[in-house]
Amino acid sequence: MQKTPALQITNLSKHFGGAVALDGVSLSVSRGEVHGLLGQNGSGKSTLIKILSGFLAPQPGAKLVLYDREIPLPLTPGQFRELGMAFVHQHLGLIPSLSVTENICLSDFATQNQWRIDWRGETQRIRRILTEYELAIDPTTKIQDLPQVDRCLVAIVRAMEEVRSAQEAHGGEGILVLDEPTPFLPRIGVEKLFNLVRQLVKKDASVIFVSHDVDEIMEITDRATVLRDGQVAGVIETDRTSPEDFIELIIGKRVTAYQATHRKKPADRSAVIVSDLSGATCRNVSFDLSGGEVLGLTGLIGSGFDEIPSLIYGARTALDGMLSIDGKETMLREMNPEKAIGLGMAFLPADRIGASGAGTLPISDNMTLPSMANFARKLGLDRLGMRQWAQETGAAHDVRPNNPDLNLENLSGGNQQKVLLAKWLELKPRLLLLDEPTQGVDVGARQQVFAAIDQAAREGASIVCASTDAEQLAQICDRVIVFAQGRPVIELTGERLTKEEIVFQCYSALSVDQTALVE
Amino acid sequence: MDAHNNDPISQYEARLAELESKVLRLQEERSKSSPAPAVPKNFFERYAIIGIWVLLIALFAFIDSGIYDSSRFFSWTNFSTIFGTQGVLIVLTLGLLLPLTAGDFDLSIAANMTLSSLVVAILISQGSPTLVAVVLGLLVGAAIGAANAFFIVFFRIHSLIVTLGMATFVIGIAKWISGSRTISIFGANPTLIGWVNQTRLFEVSMSFWYALILCAIIWYFLEYTTPGRRLLFVGRAREVARLAGIRVDSVRALALISSGAIAAVAGVLAVGLNGSADPSSRIGLLLPAFAAAFLGATSIVPGRFNPVGSLIGVLLLATGISGLQIFGIPNFVQDLFYGGGLILAVAASQLVRRRQPMEFGS
Repeated sequence: MQKTPALQITNLSKHFGGAVALDGVSLSVSRGEVHGLLGQNGSGKSTLIKILSGFLAPQPGAKLVLYDREIPLPLTPGQFRELGMAFVHQHLGLIPSLSVTENICLSDFATQNQWRIDWRGETQRIRRILTEYELAIDPTTKIQDLPQVDRCLVAIVRAMEEVRSAQEAHGGEGILVLDEPTPFLPRIGVEKLFNLVRQLVKKDASVIFVSHDVDEIMEITDRATVLRDGQVAGVIETDRTSPEDFIELIIGKRVTAYQATHRKKPADRSAVIVSDLSGATCRNVSFDLSGGEVLGLTGLIGSGFDEIPSLIYGARTALDGMLSIDGKETMLREMNPEKAIGLGMAFLPADRIGASGAGTLPISDNMTLPSMANFARKLGLDRLGMRQWAQETGAAHDVRPNNPDLNLENLSGGNQQKVLLAKWLELKPRLLLLDEPTQGVDVGARQQVFAAIDQAAREGASIVCASTDAEQLAQICDRVIVFAQGRPVIELTGERLTKEEIVFQCYSALSVDQTALVE
Repeated sequence: MDAHNNDPISQYEARLAELESKVLRLQEERSKSSPAPAVPKNFFERYAIIGIWVLLIALFAFIDSGIYDSSRFFSWTNFSTIFGTQGVLIVLTLGLLLPLTAGDFDLSIAANMTLSSLVVAILISQGSPTLVAVVLGLLVGAAIGAANAFFIVFFRIHSLIVTLGMATFVIGIAKWISGSRTISIFGANPTLIGWVNQTRLFEVSMSFWYALILCAIIWYFLEYTTPGRRLLFVGRAREVARLAGIRVDSVRALALISSGAIAAVAGVLAVGLNGSADPSSRIGLLLPAFAAAFLGATSIVPGRFNPVGSLIGVLLLATGISGLQIFGIPNFVQDLFYGGGLILAVAASQLVRRRQPMEFGS
């Protein structure tokens, strides 16, 4: 198994201010090996990838050896090309309106001047390459007309071609980094992708496969490095490890000190009923909530839980489904934000400055946006009253600095979120929909956001919180539903509602679902 | 409890919380102490434009008295002329503010004014009562705005493209219905001239006072009404507005229709001021309107299109041009002033925004 290493990193660290993202990490990838890189969100995976692609500079002391050649760090952006590395990110970097040929030639066009492009020759060359990889893709097709799987394959082929042209200058067979390429692929697409990967390593190229999907890592990789909290939790030989050991390595066994703030147990579950909801990823999802209950929705990226709040609110159009609030039924296909607010809903999207608040407008304007009508007087809007109210509400929610004239973008993430949550809570919503409510929110503000959510629940609001943050879900939710492949898989309550259990279920959900499918 | 305190993570978190509260205390002290001085923080930024205007007047007056002895520039006669002739441009700029605030451009606004003024002039010259002609003129303006809105909102085409095409299309109609001639209303029915130009207040043509009234109305609308605030949110953050239950499409459409109607008001004033309309001479007002709107957005309420800033923007540009013309500097100076004014105004506002890329809604 052990051949000469293609890539070797030792003692790699990266600090962001006081926070340690990577702490003395080593990674060794052999020639002709598929090497997995796993870890939870925040474990340091993406920091490592960003250092390799030259976006981030590591702390001094790290060492990088590629094919027995020591490369000085930090790398400059784009230098990875000369070194024979190529990256395919989840966001594939293809231009949808251009053809396969044009997309594959893109990197050549970007770096060299050609004054007479031989289009017919280029198309033939690309066709030859695609056949070589046993792919039945027509090079003249536009990317937007290809299924998602084929787009992904084109991106990988393009990356491999880049590596290949770099090799002509240097030694080595090339290293391909696949940065979570699979979350949006159906099972059959993953198969195709794996075939391509196997082809590549047969030619002695190396592949680093970044993923949080244990099954896929088990299937395709030879070895895997698991990161946890910025350190290497273990390097394992895949075929000698069981999925359970794998998951344990990923999530660790740290006991959390947090306890859920438990409210009075809600009795009836008929206040809010969602039935047969389908959207882009999720299919036939049904659940119900009582007043004063906080329901968490979670799963791995791509499992479809994250679109549910926006589908219920009508921010995105649902394909199908029915919503009932206090017995009043509405087709979700016909839902829109205006109707949703009329029904007593409020929605806090994850994209804080893009969808939740206007960064270039003052706090007072942002806070009073949905409740503006309350300030209409005979002679027009009571601007002083609006400002004063924003100041009082800001003080109640501990917004700092509490200056209503400040533009929203000048606040920290946590304080922005307090303002935006306050704007909706003032409407006393019946159903509050949250999408990643504490993403990019600092520790202190996080607790205050939780307290505000808890307070709203005590006042009788039903709350749906979609999040990948297991700790947060364990702390604020009465119940958590775990999703996989667009479907609810398991519901956790009471004793089982812990951070560890949520994470464990997220990672095991896929295997459970697949065995169910096989049977 | 002890074990908990020795946990390095909780120690780390306690340390973080301590540092955070320190930073917040400093921030709060700073924000508390800032309103204390008599001059607000951005006073200079807000009122610089008025200062520049006053300086410009003083400079011209100084040169004026040096060269001619008698004051040809610094006289009420000259200023009443400047004010009187700028009423049309002020109204046009105010019309432009609404779609700009909603994040859309209206490049057809000058063409719209031209067509509406011709409709009014033709109707009056053919014997229609003045009031009927004016109302029909306003309807034509609103209809052009509605056509813009239909293509922009329904087909989701960028406003620049729709209104660019609309501008030329409308000018085509204007040439067609006028036979490319100047239509005069002097002979037929001079009532409108009486309303706009012959009635004067402090020797200034009524067109200027009408413009001032419209300026006050739009200022009130943007600041003190819920539709005005919604317009602002639609322009600044369309997705935020949509998720707050605002009907973004109708807001944009209404802004474009209003800008069309206000362009027609400018057209009516132009007919009253000149006693005639023609299909070519006022198309050139498009750029000055944009220059004034963007110049206005650097002041009074910096970073926001605002009517008072725009008003002063128009007067500043007009004063500069008038002064230079009095000293015999030829006509091309207008183009230099308006074109340069637009670019410099936007460049200045970009400096305020620390050169972030400009984003206009599509």
